[in-house]
Amino acid sequence: MFDVTAIRSDFPILNRTVYKRPLVYFDNGATTQKPKIVLDVLEKYYLENNSNIHRAVHHLSQQCTDAYEASRKTIQQYIGAKKVEEIVFTSGTTESINLVAFSFGEAFVNSGDEILISYLEHHSNIVPWQLMAERKGAVIKTIPMNEKGELVLDDLEKLLTKKTKIVTLGHVSNALGTINPVKQIIEKAHQKNIPVLVDGAQAVQHMKVDVQDLDADFYVFSGHKVFGPTGIGVLYGKEEWLENLPPYKGGGDMIKRVSFEKTTYADLPLKFEAGTTHYIGAIGLKVALDYVQSIGLNAISAYENELRLYLEKALNSIEEIKIYGTSEYKAATVSFGLKGAHPSDVGTLLNRLDIAVRTGSHCTQPLMEYYGIPGTVRASLAFYNTKEEIDYFVESLKRVIPMFS
Amino acid sequence: MSSIQETQNQIVEEINIFDDWMDKYNYIIELAKDLPLIDAQHKTNQYLIDGCQSKVWINADLVDEKVHYTADSDAIITKGIIALLIRVMNDRTPSELVDIDLFFLEEIGLKENLSPNRANGLVAMIKQMKLYALAFKTKLGQ
Ligand SMILES: Cc1ncc(COP(=O)(O)O)c(C=O)c1O
Repeated sequence: MFDVTAIRSDFPILNRTVYKRPLVYFDNGATTQKPKIVLDVLEKYYLENNSNIHRAVHHLSQQCTDAYEASRKTIQQYIGAKKVEEIVFTSGTTESINLVAFSFGEAFVNSGDEILISYLEHHSNIVPWQLMAERKGAVIKTIPMNEKGELVLDDLEKLLTKKTKIVTLGHVSNALGTINPVKQIIEKAHQKNIPVLVDGAQAVQHMKVDVQDLDADFYVFSGHKVFGPTGIGVLYGKEEWLENLPPYKGGGDMIKRVSFEKTTYADLPLKFEAGTTHYIGAIGLKVALDYVQSIGLNAISAYENELRLYLEKALNSIEEIKIYGTSEYKAATVSFGLKGAHPSDVGTLLNRLDIAVRTGSHCTQPLMEYYGIPGTVRASLAFYNTKEEIDYFVESLKRVIPMFS
Repeated sequence: MSSIQETQNQIVEEINIFDDWMDKYNYIIELAKDLPLIDAQHKTNQYLIDGCQSKVWINADLVDEKVHYTADSDAIITKGIIALLIRVMNDRTPSELVDIDLFFLEEIGLKENLSPNRANGLVAMIKQMKLYALAFKTKLGQ
């Protein structure tokens, strides 16, 4: 039984009032709130156990190292990776993508090569590739989208050319909520031996992900979007790929032996973890993932889907509202426009009614240009949201609409 | 004509009549609807101020040694706030405008709209309005 009341009581911030009434937090796509147990473990480690990892023989360091490595193990299991060495800690999705774009570019991309990017991408999954393409003289190509906010795969075969070196796309669109057919795309790419990076920043908090089943070559996400701390993120890479990528950053912990003549690098995954990582964040992330799994990702998906359909139905009954992103396959994100109103106007007014939504382009400007709009109002839900909150949200929209006429 | 100080005090008084923020915003939205249209030739990229989310266009002319602003925005609340700014700043001398203290924004509680990320181009816009004044001031040799 999915007990949302009990779940809500695990998240202290959900009790707070912003102006007049309890916060309605519908901005989970930007970041999620943290359950108290995550906050507790961060505090406990700073108060009682803090010591830098991997570097000392003393007790505290060993404790932190063990907890850090235990987190890696949990992540491996959470996303279904074959080996724990395939899990690299980064600061977040953005850094994970930059790491792959840089190191993959150094190793495999040459002038005239092509990088294939989906049209739905977050700027974090566009700009690092552009930087690499500029450096290497490579060309960016895109997988087009349709009016429903889905990728159009009709020409995929043609887009995957002899020159295509890598394909990169989101698992779930942050702006529209579309769940992309990544497995199908990966299969097509692999037929031509082209690797695929999947940006899972908006997926791992909503549904069960299995990187081996998807056969993803790289899979990345951020801790803070899956109820964990900020500043910690994950790069999964198949061992054979990670082995063949050069390091992204140099420093301590990523080396075997340093001399001024030649330095040899540490084995995976430490090769990519130069310097002191956010190890306490990593320890917090484990607690967050354990928490999510204690509720169960299937239960979460089912409940969130119910919430989304409930919200979409209510919004569809309002004449002034147009939903962007109408695919059959969606996570719990609903983006919309309100006739005669700029998204920022709507967000400003809803804010005063204690509702937190995001407005604007959601770091997906190409996508907004496709629709020819300056942005949308985006309600991105999490499993701690409720139908009562949606009722209040819809009621508030109905209150705001006449102000624009 | 009221002084800059008096006009701001009047605005503060008018807006603070409303307790509820929705009413305050309603009032601001009504002001936006009354803002005279900007000349089409000034609603181009050249006059566009790069804000965060919404677009703001602004032009200034010097009429009888006073600055006359026209502006528009695609977001109505932003436009309403512009209407307030114009009410305070229009038809003043460039010297008065260059170091104008716009205290009313804080007093009516709109300051949070001025934080960089929620600025809706407002900070940039005030800066641009002052820059116009500075240019006119220099031109007049004041
Ligand atoms: C799909 C997607 N990719 C990448 C990012 C960037 O994540 P972060 O800022 O945590 O690196 C986001 C966050 O908004 C996202 O939604």
